[in-house]
Amino acid sequence: MIAPVVVLVLAVLVGVWATRFSQRAQALLLPSCTALALLAAWHMYSVATEYELRSTQADGAVETRLIRIFPTPWDTLPAMVELASDGRLARYAMASLFRVLSGFALAAFIGIPLGLWAGWRRSVFLAINPLVQGLRPISPLAWIPIAVLSFGIQDEAAIFIIFLGAFFPIVTGTMTAVQSIPLVYVRSAQNFGLSGFELFRRVVFPAALPQIVTSLRIALGVGWLVVVAAEMNAVNSGLGFLVIDARNMGNRYDLVVAAMIAIGLIGIGLDWTVRRLERLDEVRWGFRNQQ
Amino acid sequence: MKESTPKIRVRGASKTFLRGEQRVEALAPVDLEVRAGEFVCLLGPSGCGKSTLMNLIGGFEAPSGGSIEIDGLPVAGPDPRRVFVFQEYGIFPWASVWDNIALGLRDLPKAEQERIVAQHIELVGLKGFEKSFPDQLSGGMRQRVAVARALAVSPDIVYMDEPLGALDSLTRLQLRGEIHRLWKRGGMTILFVTHDVEEALQLADRIVVMSPRPGRIQEIVEVGMPHPRTSATPGWAEKESHLLRLLGVGG
Repeated sequence: MIAPVVVLVLAVLVGVWATRFSQRAQALLLPSCTALALLAAWHMYSVATEYELRSTQADGAVETRLIRIFPTPWDTLPAMVELASDGRLARYAMASLFRVLSGFALAAFIGIPLGLWAGWRRSVFLAINPLVQGLRPISPLAWIPIAVLSFGIQDEAAIFIIFLGAFFPIVTGTMTAVQSIPLVYVRSAQNFGLSGFELFRRVVFPAALPQIVTSLRIALGVGWLVVVAAEMNAVNSGLGFLVIDARNMGNRYDLVVAAMIAIGLIGIGLDWTVRRLERLDEVRWGFRNQQ
Repeated sequence: MKESTPKIRVRGASKTFLRGEQRVEALAPVDLEVRAGEFVCLLGPSGCGKSTLMNLIGGFEAPSGGSIEIDGLPVAGPDPRRVFVFQEYGIFPWASVWDNIALGLRDLPKAEQERIVAQHIELVGLKGFEKSFPDQLSGGMRQRVAVARALAVSPDIVYMDEPLGALDSLTRLQLRGEIHRLWKRGGMTILFVTHDVEEALQLADRIVVMSPRPGRIQEIVEVGMPHPRTSATPGWAEKESHLLRLLGVGG
């Protein structure tokens, strides 16, 4: 119990001391100190929740075992190695990614055209907006029973739930993007004789594109959040299934935490990938005030 | 007599908006005639209806009363032969300088487009920036792109809605000179909205002084001084103080 306390105190001290350094050094040191402090606190919590289990053997001897239900950071490292080496990590990660990308792609293919149309045509907006706003606050997870009823314990059920999670941010974001196009762009275009599809292709779509990219980024984030819950209920593979399965099959909380870490890292990777889009010449102007 | 037909004829044109339950008279009935090839400034404080009047003439809005004719025909809407240069953001940030300038030329053969775009990039001094995007350019350069985009279609009227309003004062002076130079090549009628007395005096053949609440034409001032004009040009000081007096500032 001494080591984590020392680490915690040291992390806090180094953190305080680091504020004298340059911005760059701080940007490196401060989050490292926070992470170390959290790891130490986690370790202490694991150790503090240990308990002794006494059992009387057949010969009358009393055996005492130390039970640690909550894994320490050290316990999760072998669990990660276990998941990586028996192939479960790769298999389940691929299953989860497949579902998220399918649901997300479906949401984008339907949501972007629908959002463009509704953003541009007042009548379409009036027709669908109340419905969109009414369905949006229903958590996609509430659809799990219906999804399972309709599709069975299948990929389709999970994809449907992810589709719902990604669809609403995309359609709402795209609608808003089109509605907030500055009048001066549309007037310039009309002035130079653009109309109909050409106006759409040359002005409406490119003008809305940065905000569409932002909504895609949000939607993919939601999709990745939702897949875990969907896989806990609607299918029997994937990282979400791994989390719930590791608990149900012998309280392997080390595997639970290892799977959680994998979920987090892949989520960061997905977000990083979408952010590459923001650097394209065609949309970069829309992110001018961000770094 | 054909020559006496004005390029632009505004007769009793007015504009009223509905703001909630309230009727706002943005422009009281005005009369105005502009000759072909003339440079006319609409001068006045904000809210005097000068942009409204130009949007009516440009066809972006329909007048509530009266009529507007160009070349003897009523204005039905925006027209690629009569091009706007807006104060800001008129050019497309998602397109390169080249693509922006080529906007009005998209129906021409490729080779013809290339020739005209290159010529107009040269004309506004943006050679070397063809592939740049607007967010990589200064405000003055962006307005040069807007001017080049407008001139590339060989318009017979150019509407300029405070095109220099968002620029720093040095760039403003420089672009003012260039707009005059481009107009002097001939063939274009320019309608130029500004609230800058000096800008109007330097550029315009006639200055239409407008006043607010409701927007209306107060007086039309003939400038009649030879170019190039500076504050040392004979007659400048009198005209300037007359204009300022009309605008309700200075003695």
